[in-house]
Amino acid sequence: MIKNKHFSTLALSAVMSIAIFATPAMADKKSNKSLKKAAKTCKSVHPKDVSGCALTFSRSHGNCLACHQIKGGALSGNIAPPLIAMKARFPNKAVLRAQIWDATVKKPGSVMVPFGRHKVLTEKQIDKVTSFIHSL
Amino acid sequence: MKKIITTIAATALLSSTAVFSAQQSPIVQADINAFQKHFNRSFPKLSLNNFSKGPYAMNEDKKSQFDAIMEFPPFEDHVEKGEKLWKTPFKNGKTYSSCFSGGDANIRANYPKWNTAKNKVVGLEGAIINCRIKNGEKKIGSGKGKLAWMGAYLTALAEGKTINVIVPRGNSKALAAYKEGKKFFYAKRGQLNLSCADCHVYNAGKRIRGNTLSPALGQTTHFPVWRGKWAKKKGDGFGTIQRRYGGCNKQVRAQPFKRQKDQYNNLEFFHTVMNNGMKISGVEYRE
Ligand code: HEC
Ligand code: HEC
Repeated sequence: MIKNKHFSTLALSAVMSIAIFATPAMADKKSNKSLKKAAKTCKSVHPKDVSGCALTFSRSHGNCLACHQIKGGALSGNIAPPLIAMKARFPNKAVLRAQIWDATVKKPGSVMVPFGRHKVLTEKQIDKVTSFIHSL
Repeated sequence: MKKIITTIAATALLSSTAVFSAQQSPIVQADINAFQKHFNRSFPKLSLNNFSKGPYAMNEDKKSQFDAIMEFPPFEDHVEKGEKLWKTPFKNGKTYSSCFSGGDANIRANYPKWNTAKNKVVGLEGAIINCRIKNGEKKIGSGKGKLAWMGAYLTALAEGKTINVIVPRGNSKALAAYKEGKKFFYAKRGQLNLSCADCHVYNAGKRIRGNTLSPALGQTTHFPVWRGKWAKKKGDGFGTIQRRYGGCNKQVRAQPFKRQKDQYNNLEFFHTVMNNGMKISGVEYRE
């Protein structure tokens, strides 16, 4: 799990570190591990774009499989539509990126995580995820 | 003048109902009806009490897993420990039972409760802690361990009793606390921007990664609960409902709140009131 940098005040994070959460260093370690694990899977299922796929699959990063079915991804959820035939449905890549950056713009109240607005992914990571998804 | 008199009369009327038999606030009753109707419509095959089986009510394979584990429950030793703790008198000779009225089997289904003296919601675990303090004993941890075992004992004892949590009619402070809890439940939270309702109302029965999401209706009938996951982490597997709230808050990368404080107490108030009319299902297993 990514550290909760953007949403904790100093006081709260002090409380948090005594309690159950990993220290930031440990959280980084954990998320690196999760990314590496995803990359391993991606090497065999999406060899053409291992890094985009890994960011998409990793539980500590996109974790898009929590809600979407994606080719090659195991244990996916069924909260959201399967991500298939993306080029046909999103001819304009910028529209796709906007959906990932903040789904609540198009659909207020959407349960999809606003990856850009809440800085769950960096702008660079969003570019990579967008390219990967667009290739599906 | 006339206005003043009618106000006085109305206040007298309201306070008398509050004292003699706390009646449910009509606003709250309307919420309960709408909430339960939503789930009834979404899952027409399930009866009200079926909902308490959570993810296992939504998925046949999972249900047989649950049934197999419940045949030889892994938690009975700790429920017995809870019973022993509950029945052991304090140093002053009094017992936990002395803090509650109506018999031990009738405690669980009425909590959390609006406490008129404190003007606050008090959960079952909070009431047990308050009882210790009143009798000169030390506080004990609030999420697991001894307190959870005693709660589990009371839950086992109350199996089959009907949940009846009251937001007293005409009590504006109690209603405000209920509304705070309701707001918490529907508010988007954390870096992942998800509300309790996003997962447990709008997507109940669906899968998030490998987990089947339980409906919010029926989530409070079997707490403290025994979880395989909690047994694996250092612990005996038991946790209170507020421990679970903390876990669900952390999943969305939000700060968990302190247990037995207003935020979670009010949330538990709303959450449990929505389950009014359901039966306490006893102590259960969860993944
Ligand atoms: C917590 C659930 C959740 C997560 C996690 C999630 N999504 Fe979504 N996504 C949805 C839902 C629900 C929709 C349906 C439209 C809406 O509500 O915005 C959706 C819609 C979409 C769409 C539009 C699909 C269409 O056919 O119109 C795309 C593209 C998309 N998501 C990509 C992603 C990517 C990429 C990720 C990960 C980086 C991701 N989603 C993570 C819930 C989620
Ligand atoms: C990202 C999705 C998500 C969100 C948001 C979420 N939960 Fe959960 N919750 C889960 C999952 C997954 C489980 C485990 C499977 C189940 O019982 O639903 C769970 C379990 C629970 C349980 C245990 C049910 C049982 O029978 O043991 C309770 C109680 C609960 N959640 C309450 C809440 C509350 C209250 C909130 C908001 C503060 C909340 N959840 C927010 C995903 C979520």
